[in-house]
Amino acid sequence: MATATEARLEEIWAEEPGPVSWFTTGDHKRIGSRYIVTALVFFFLGGLEAALMRWQLAQPGATHLTPEQYDELFSMHGTTMIFLFITPLFTGLANYLVPLMIGTRDMAFPRLNAFSYWIFLASGIFLYAGFVVGAAPNGGWFAYPPLTGPIFDPGINMDIWSLGLIFLSISTTAGAINLIVTILKLRAPGMTLARMPLYVWAMFVTAWMMVLAMPPLTYANVLLQLDRNLGTHFFDSTAGGDPLLWQHLFWLFGHPDVYIIFLPAVGIISTVIPTFARRPIVGYPYVALATVLTGIIAFGVWVHHMFATGLPPLGLTFFAAASMIITIPSGVQIFAWLATIIRGRKPVVTTPFLFAIGFIVVFVIGGVTGVMFASVPFDQGVTDSYFIVAHFHYVLFGGAVFPMFAGLHYWFPKITGRMYNETLGRWSFWLIFVGFNLTFFPMHVMGLLGMPRRIYTYPPDLGVGGLNLLSSVGAAITFAGAVIVSINAIVSLRTGAQASANPWGAATLEWATTSPPPHYGFASIPVVHGRDPLWEQPELASDLTLTDGREILGTTVTDAEPEEALAMPEGSVLPLLTALGFGGVFVSLLLGSVPAAVLAGLMTLAFIGAWTWRLGGVPA
Amino acid sequence: MLAALVALTDAACSGPGTMTSAEGPGAHRISLLSVGMFAIAAFVFLVVICFLAYGLFHRRPEGSGGDPNLNDHGGTRMVLLGGVAFPIVVLIILFVITLVALQAQAREDTGSHVFTIDVIAHRWWWEFQYPTQGIDTANEVHIPTGEPVLMDVTSTDVIHSFWVPKLQRKVDAIPGRSNEVTLQADTDGTYLGECSEFCGLQHAHMRFTVIAESSDAFDTWVADQQKVPVEPTGAALAGQQVFLGSSCVYCHSITGTNASGTVGPDLTHVATRTTLASGTIPNTPEELAAWIQDPQSIKPGTQMPGSALSPTQLRQLVAYLEGLG
Repeated sequence: MATATEARLEEIWAEEPGPVSWFTTGDHKRIGSRYIVTALVFFFLGGLEAALMRWQLAQPGATHLTPEQYDELFSMHGTTMIFLFITPLFTGLANYLVPLMIGTRDMAFPRLNAFSYWIFLASGIFLYAGFVVGAAPNGGWFAYPPLTGPIFDPGINMDIWSLGLIFLSISTTAGAINLIVTILKLRAPGMTLARMPLYVWAMFVTAWMMVLAMPPLTYANVLLQLDRNLGTHFFDSTAGGDPLLWQHLFWLFGHPDVYIIFLPAVGIISTVIPTFARRPIVGYPYVALATVLTGIIAFGVWVHHMFATGLPPLGLTFFAAASMIITIPSGVQIFAWLATIIRGRKPVVTTPFLFAIGFIVVFVIGGVTGVMFASVPFDQGVTDSYFIVAHFHYVLFGGAVFPMFAGLHYWFPKITGRMYNETLGRWSFWLIFVGFNLTFFPMHVMGLLGMPRRIYTYPPDLGVGGLNLLSSVGAAITFAGAVIVSINAIVSLRTGAQASANPWGAATLEWATTSPPPHYGFASIPVVHGRDPLWEQPELASDLTLTDGREILGTTVTDAEPEEALAMPEGSVLPLLTALGFGGVFVSLLLGSVPAAVLAGLMTLAFIGAWTWRLGGVPA
Repeated sequence: MLAALVALTDAACSGPGTMTSAEGPGAHRISLLSVGMFAIAAFVFLVVICFLAYGLFHRRPEGSGGDPNLNDHGGTRMVLLGGVAFPIVVLIILFVITLVALQAQAREDTGSHVFTIDVIAHRWWWEFQYPTQGIDTANEVHIPTGEPVLMDVTSTDVIHSFWVPKLQRKVDAIPGRSNEVTLQADTDGTYLGECSEFCGLQHAHMRFTVIAESSDAFDTWVADQQKVPVEPTGAALAGQQVFLGSSCVYCHSITGTNASGTVGPDLTHVATRTTLASGTIPNTPEELAAWIQDPQSIKPGTQMPGSALSPTQLRQLVAYLEGLG
């Protein structure tokens, strides 16, 4: 019965083979994969930058790198890992998974989705062009003026940085809106908000945070551009400006961003652990609530990045309290995972499960040192030393990269249709786990021994040479682990065993379709009756096949009652052209050519006009 | 692991920047707070690891567990007790000790001080002005042991951060703002100070020295610093001519001469300092000569340009500067 339906759907949803569809596709699976691969390339570049820094710091007084090179490397390392690697990677994973997990056929706005990816790619190239022209960003990833202002950094280095981030924020915001609408309107019938997978909850909250956190960053960068290129003085204290304005705006983005990175990661963990503990997650409503609360409280803690700036102590206590309170939702999540493991069956130990367990161990270390930073006097003692470098790598590498590896291994069979190699997977886990701790644990001690962060060299008498060498060795081991992950992926893509639809026996809907999924996602839209549909309902197929055209099912926001069949657009080259138009605007601004920027802006508007005009009632 | 951290730190206490071997009340407070919090952190970590280990390794009867019953009351209780009640108790303790430390800190900064030192951060060196004593010096700050001194910290260019790990918390030096912090050492000694906010190319070489000494020694130092240098003779006199006749004077001051630049450190008593270029090199005649000749090779990016003095001129200039006691 299914074959006729499937053939019909394939005819409707398949894209023309050949290079044209490379530039026109709106398929969330292709776009998601592109996001992931592109973000991993940036991960490699960011890792390479880290490796060069560890080479320089392995011994006291080394001269492998000049101070300028070192500054560029750490600036681009932070910028890459935060903006070009982890956030786009999780966006890409969500792009691939969310539509499948909620039982629909695509993201709500496929063309906007393509546009988000093109902007991400273009802004990433834009940011990296600094290395090509010999003027990479050099003011650190949080770019405090006046150091990054026109007087102390007159080159185009920081113009590339700030324009690049404004450029990128278009992608982040568009992608987030797309996710929000997709999650609210396209869930399978029966998937009420209270039945939504926790990964989808996590991405839902993350997407809202992206929409709300990007404006302060963009605003700060616009002010910085005005200061740098039009002679305003927003951050210049000699003319009535205030450098602390930047810090407030930046961290009003920057701290929520920590959770924009962390929440998708906990979403992955909340998915992986129940699968291998063979039971539903314990305390689902509390975990969902914790996710939402984290998203809200995250906007009230930014001043803990500024405890040493001389703000009044009374004000600091409020931010200390908020920064402590935000650990409670994390505590709920950690104990939900622990309770799930304890009350589940004997865990099935696989590479994703190992990465999830490794995540819990390292994240708790990063978490407890994180709470310590909420304690104002302690923060003032250790901030801007290597202690904080250790802390945030435990939280970001431990808290996001371990879950990323868990997720990439977990969904590898779904995305590629092949199983990864379990032996290589375990080798990579242990190398990364040991290497990571060897790299970053000694940094706590270096900080307590008085080593400030962001120094390109240190004297032998500081007594941190041995620890730094240890850390550099650890970095090499971590790098080797990451190389094994890549080898595993490449080898398994060619020779891995064919993956069944649900190799892990998991509960969520993405495992209900074949691996890899067909263009149309599901032959019939599943109708769900609980939180763990594949465990509760042996037969998911429904008669909702929507074979009249390129259609998906729109449902109500809270209860996911079917509303209407929504027509979906074909692929189009307009998103790419619009993204290129925006690229033209930013390149012109960088070169300081207003006429060119205006011209590129008009072209962009024309592309957007054409894009809107040709929709004809079909969603974008 | 955190216990290992504490052990490692103890083992390495000899370093000049070790925060945990505190020598002043400010750093003592942070150190005490750290020990308390490291203990709590280690406890929390152990609790989680015990739960995790139990979850992974406890023996369960064949085929049991995995009850997909959504109303798992036992499990939910574990989440609420472990994830809400437990952190709340820990956080209350943490918040109270934080408030106590913060209050002590505020009391220290608003209490009485023997005098004030204006700390002015520059790219990439530290200027210390003693308004009461009328002293302007660089990269080396003397304080009387056991007495609270108020440091009034600001910057002339970008943001820096004033940090003496063994004595006190760090406080940012921000242009257009001034931040106050109390500096006090319990014992005589030399303490490492560092810039701890990224400030550009030579952030790594922006160190200073705090010298805490008995009040007699301090008074002697003050008296010496207040003296106008004696007129040089011989090679040093020739060196003075070199100094006054070259571009040195645009950036440096020497009391008693026409040199009154304010871009670089005051050199009136440069010979009394132990290091040059903000803790980059020791203050010896050889290092000083190398520094004057080609500072960019020693501290790439420093504001000080190289010079094209003849060997004789250089020798004379060094003789002059090393005589500025």
